[in-house]
Amino acid sequence: MNLGHEVALVAGKDLRIERRARVTLQQILPFGAIVLLLFAFALDPDRGVLRRVAPGLFWVAVLLALLLAVSRSFTIEIENGARDALRLSGLDPAAIFLGKAAAIAVQLAILEALLAIGVVVLFDVALSSVGVLVLATVVATVGLAATGTLYGVLAAGLRMRETLVPVLLLPVVAPVLLGATRAWEAAIDGPASDAWPWIGVLGVFAVLAVGAGMLAFGPLLEEA
Amino acid sequence: MTLLKPDVGRAIGWAALAALVVLALFGLWGAPPDDVQGDAQRLMYLHVPAAWIAYLAFAVTAIASALWLWPRTRSMVWDRIAGASAELGVLFTALTLLLGSLWGRPVWGVWWAWDARLVTTAVLLFLYIGYLALRRVPAAPDTRAKRCAIAALIAFVDVPIVHFSVTWWRTLHQEATVFDPELKANIHGVMAFTLWWGVLAFSLLYVYLLDRRYRLEALEEDLEAKELEQAIAERVAGAGTSAARPQEEVPVA
Repeated sequence: MNLGHEVALVAGKDLRIERRARVTLQQILPFGAIVLLLFAFALDPDRGVLRRVAPGLFWVAVLLALLLAVSRSFTIEIENGARDALRLSGLDPAAIFLGKAAAIAVQLAILEALLAIGVVVLFDVALSSVGVLVLATVVATVGLAATGTLYGVLAAGLRMRETLVPVLLLPVVAPVLLGATRAWEAAIDGPASDAWPWIGVLGVFAVLAVGAGMLAFGPLLEEA
Repeated sequence: MTLLKPDVGRAIGWAALAALVVLALFGLWGAPPDDVQGDAQRLMYLHVPAAWIAYLAFAVTAIASALWLWPRTRSMVWDRIAGASAELGVLFTALTLLLGSLWGRPVWGVWWAWDARLVTTAVLLFLYIGYLALRRVPAAPDTRAKRCAIAALIAFVDVPIVHFSVTWWRTLHQEATVFDPELKANIHGVMAFTLWWGVLAFSLLYVYLLDRRYRLEALEEDLEAKELEQAIAERVAGAGTSAARPQEEVPVA
């Protein structure tokens, strides 16, 4: 089996579990939506504040959803000794990492698409330069999913993982929040060309996160 | 079990104390008050050395973590150094932010500004608070060391990205920051001396504290091992009273 096949195998497994259990769709997505609603309660919706800060709020909501998605991705490995099976499967650890990250990325992408509709409807934002917007979102999502998977396996099997993952993960992905928010602002408000440097930052982050994950996932999975 | 020989460690401790006393004398009385900032500027004699030590401490953590991960140099020594240094790094980063905030209030008029360096330092603090939280999760020593070493290296790689993106973010929005490197070049001789002396004093303090923390860590590990042995011995003895006649020295594996 080559790497691509192994990645597809692991990602397919995680997505199949999601299709049957629908945790992302029925729990994490409503959570993201309620976060958007709470932002409107916190910031007076009539003064145009929401529209101005919409990109930042959107990405904060995505980060919070990421925490749940990562937690879910490693919860499904607990039951029936699935983690041991994964370790013994003979799959390349890098492929397991890429597969799990891809599954998280796909779920995040669906979540982002639906939350973006929420932002348009609730916050009265007009999306423009859609190409730039989508590109920035995809690159940011790859970085988030890779970092999330890495920290997920780092904390997997630890008794304090629910509280540990947020405190470890959020500071590390701070540059993604910053870059994705600025890229969105540029695409929506300013000249879309302002988004390119930020997409570059997001790209560098994504490459480093994927590289670090492929290297570190194996040793961490052994211990988890 | 100590990093330094006990005599050397003690000597560095006394030297650090003496250096800090001299720093206090120079910082409070020896150096002239700043023309613009007045006495508030004296906080810089602590703020700058604290920031220097914070960066040094995190660099030491990263190097020690890398040395642990490298199979040929793998030793619990590096894990202990990494942990001890990260703790000091968090302490001195918090101190840097606190002192900077106290200084910023009279000079800038605000406790906090969204200056690139400030934001980076704050993220840095949280990155390593997370690392320390990870260190506190109980696990077998080797497992914990591996996990922590990887986390420390990821955090260390993340710092330049954070710094770069934050700097960019701020400079895209506002041109000049309060810090101007041009202005800093021209400082009074005694002030420069005090600043450098502060760096020296804090470096000594860092080495002293690192040594102490290392020793504490080693003692804690020792205690844990002893308690485990004792628990096993008690269990074996307990089994002895209930069972008829156990053999002596039950091999525990």
